[in-house]
Amino acid sequence: MSRLDTLRGPVPPHDHNARTIAALAANPGCNRRAVMDAAGIDKEKTARHLGHPATVGQSVFAIIRANAFEEQVKANGCAQLLKLLREKLDLSLPEVSYDDVNNVGDDRGLRHSRTRTLLRQAAEDRGGGTLFDHPVLKLNIAGKSVYLEPALIAFQLKGRFHVVEIKSFAVIDGQADPGQVAAAARQSAVYVHALRELFAERNLDPALVSHDVILVCPENFANTPTATLVDVRQQLTVLKRQLSRLTRIDTILDELPMGLTFDLMHDQDGTPTRSRDELLKAISEVDARYAPECLASCEMAFFCRDEARACGSTDALGRTVRDQLGGLESVATVLGLAHGTLLAAPDQAEIASQLRLVRQFRLEATA
Amino acid sequence: MSIMTAYAQAEAVRAGRAQPIASVRHAHLSTRPLVFIPLKMAGEAAAPLGAMVGTHRDDPHLLVVPQPRDRSLRFAFVTELAEVMVPYIESFQRASETVGTREPYERFLDAPQILVPNRGGIGFTRLLGRSSRFRSADGPYPVHPSVPVLGRWLTFLAERTEFAGASTLLAMTELLALHWATGQSGTEDGALAALLAWIAPPEGMTALEAAARAENPLLTPPAGPATDPGFDAGVLQPGIEAYDSTGSPAQVRGAIKSQLEPTWQLMWEAVDVLRGLPEGASVADRWARDRDDFSRYTAHLATGGAPQPRLDSAVAAAMRLERLEDAQARYDAQRAFDDPLVLAEYRLTGTTFAGRVIAADPTRIVTGRRRVLRPLITVQTSDPVRLAPGQVLRSPARPGQKAEITELAAGRIVLELSGGMGNSLTPRPGSVPEIGEWLTYTDLEVPSPRKRPPFPSRENTPWTHGGPPPEYIPTDEDAQEAWS
Repeated sequence: MSRLDTLRGPVPPHDHNARTIAALAANPGCNRRAVMDAAGIDKEKTARHLGHPATVGQSVFAIIRANAFEEQVKANGCAQLLKLLREKLDLSLPEVSYDDVNNVGDDRGLRHSRTRTLLRQAAEDRGGGTLFDHPVLKLNIAGKSVYLEPALIAFQLKGRFHVVEIKSFAVIDGQADPGQVAAAARQSAVYVHALRELFAERNLDPALVSHDVILVCPENFANTPTATLVDVRQQLTVLKRQLSRLTRIDTILDELPMGLTFDLMHDQDGTPTRSRDELLKAISEVDARYAPECLASCEMAFFCRDEARACGSTDALGRTVRDQLGGLESVATVLGLAHGTLLAAPDQAEIASQLRLVRQFRLEATA
Repeated sequence: MSIMTAYAQAEAVRAGRAQPIASVRHAHLSTRPLVFIPLKMAGEAAAPLGAMVGTHRDDPHLLVVPQPRDRSLRFAFVTELAEVMVPYIESFQRASETVGTREPYERFLDAPQILVPNRGGIGFTRLLGRSSRFRSADGPYPVHPSVPVLGRWLTFLAERTEFAGASTLLAMTELLALHWATGQSGTEDGALAALLAWIAPPEGMTALEAAARAENPLLTPPAGPATDPGFDAGVLQPGIEAYDSTGSPAQVRGAIKSQLEPTWQLMWEAVDVLRGLPEGASVADRWARDRDDFSRYTAHLATGGAPQPRLDSAVAAAMRLERLEDAQARYDAQRAFDDPLVLAEYRLTGTTFAGRVIAADPTRIVTGRRRVLRPLITVQTSDPVRLAPGQVLRSPARPGQKAEITELAAGRIVLELSGGMGNSLTPRPGSVPEIGEWLTYTDLEVPSPRKRPPFPSRENTPWTHGGPPPEYIPTDEDAQEAWS
């Protein structure tokens, strides 16, 4: 039994998807998330058992809308999508064939090998355009293979492959919500990376997979789709760095006490029976790097925030605040240095004198 | 974010309560603001779900869209909203004053002020404006004539928010965060309930307890425009299904009301909290600019003006940028002059200092081409000053007076004063600082109203900027744009 299995306990590992992998890249400094994700631990259940249930979640209406839009774009052999690629991206598409990987059945292993075969053929053929629907990709996360089932189409034209990401947020007068575009780019980067890995594995040039992702969104207030090319090179770099960190997860694990487990000890009904205090102690063995951004992307966020607040960490106030405070870790240090009750370490001299001035100026201004 | 605010946040953590970062109110607060809390359907760009709107806390109008996917119901919502908002806006178009010396013009004495809970509320206002301003009251898909009018006003209001210090449309969370620092991050401050929990926690509760309560969607529904996913699945969806099968909107109505009412109360509480702050000295000047713009747009509409274009033309964009920069510079300087807490931030950067007058020569005369009064004062300061001789400073205590640095050494700064002392060769009493007076001097300057840089006319747009843009003529296509 590997250390990761011990950490998780006797339950099947939680699946990764592009969203969770992208979220990993969003906070590369967090050992807790790295370990929990590598072990495939159900963070949602863990947080709930700790008394800090997550609020990360999507509305039913958003899900219905997203599915309906995707279905619409893909209907009739991707008729709308092809029209877009021709008109918006100026691609002179000859006959296009459409392959649905789902045709081989539900088995993921089978669908993955079918994906590989199809992509290889397409890469060697370099003939007409080809669309692949429901491909299954594989990615190595912390030494473990993870299947990815993107709701995307890999699109091949003249030997170059593009990832097509269909999202249901609107592009209004050429502008979309930057937060949502960034999230889409991070997810697409995961697919680009996985596709490139697959190519490399088969001795094909990974550069055949373009870093320009085709983002398909509804235009203005209608359901008509529009397409934009999004360059995801920067997101790829971040992702690769984080994934390489994950493969070195052993170095984090080596620091942890032997036999450490986050097992919730489910009884027959699936109710966790692990003592809360014990679990809390176990989780606290792995350091978190809390930032307010976690609230939108990590199920453990409320727990970690509570922890950060309890020890008076400046992390709970956000990264910009912490940076403004010279990177000082605790609120007590900040106030201590400002009040002059705490002696500044040599590397704190500059921020300490700043803080003393801040306090003096605030007092004078409110006097 | 400055270190002053960051430090105030650290103090808020220790105190368990928000700390002031402003000593006066830096925004105009109308005596009759219109509170507008819109809700939208998740997953859609701008599908209204409902709204609470009104000028009186005891009399909110509740608007509800029982089936948000129904296009005609959406326009019914906009029409209903227009029935409240357009008369409110037009009520400020009655009394005006004549201003301007060289080119006199009419300016309304007051202007509308709409308060939404957060930035998302402004975004929704913008999109609602965008989706209704091009509509037409005739043609194949006619809408009520008030729809395009409201669309233009909503767009006007949303565009006005880009100008620093504009107060015709304000997001309550941003307004509060401008005046208080809390012990939580900006993410949490984005939720009105959690922010107010730190500023004015309910009796018998600590800020942290109140904030925890504010974060529980069952106890405190989010302030919109997005609704809580749990509410969507558990309450709203069954309500919409009930409407689809029975035609009765009662269930959706009750659901939407339950989500809006708590925020409605919070908005008015926040208004009360802000009224407790004295208004900054230059707020009236900025509000006059809001009134200017409101008067201008009223005139534009009165002459049958076209709706705002989707994108600015090159010349319009350059002019807008110039106005935005002017507004920002004015806002930054005015805010610092109005408020010692804001000015303190500039003391940290060394461009502003405070100190005591230790020497003064109030009747010094300089003889050049003619004899002029140029008093000297010496100010002693321990601030980390980063200024140089020759720089011209001003003090908030005597904003009309210039002070040029003549000498600067070892915390002693000699200033030569000019202006604001009367016309004779002896200064008016009190116009020259006396020995012992505590003063602040800054290099900030409120930009004086200046002539606009010469922008080419629309027809003379240079070819580098695409040449003259085509004239916008509203098309049927615009008016019929799908809203699905």
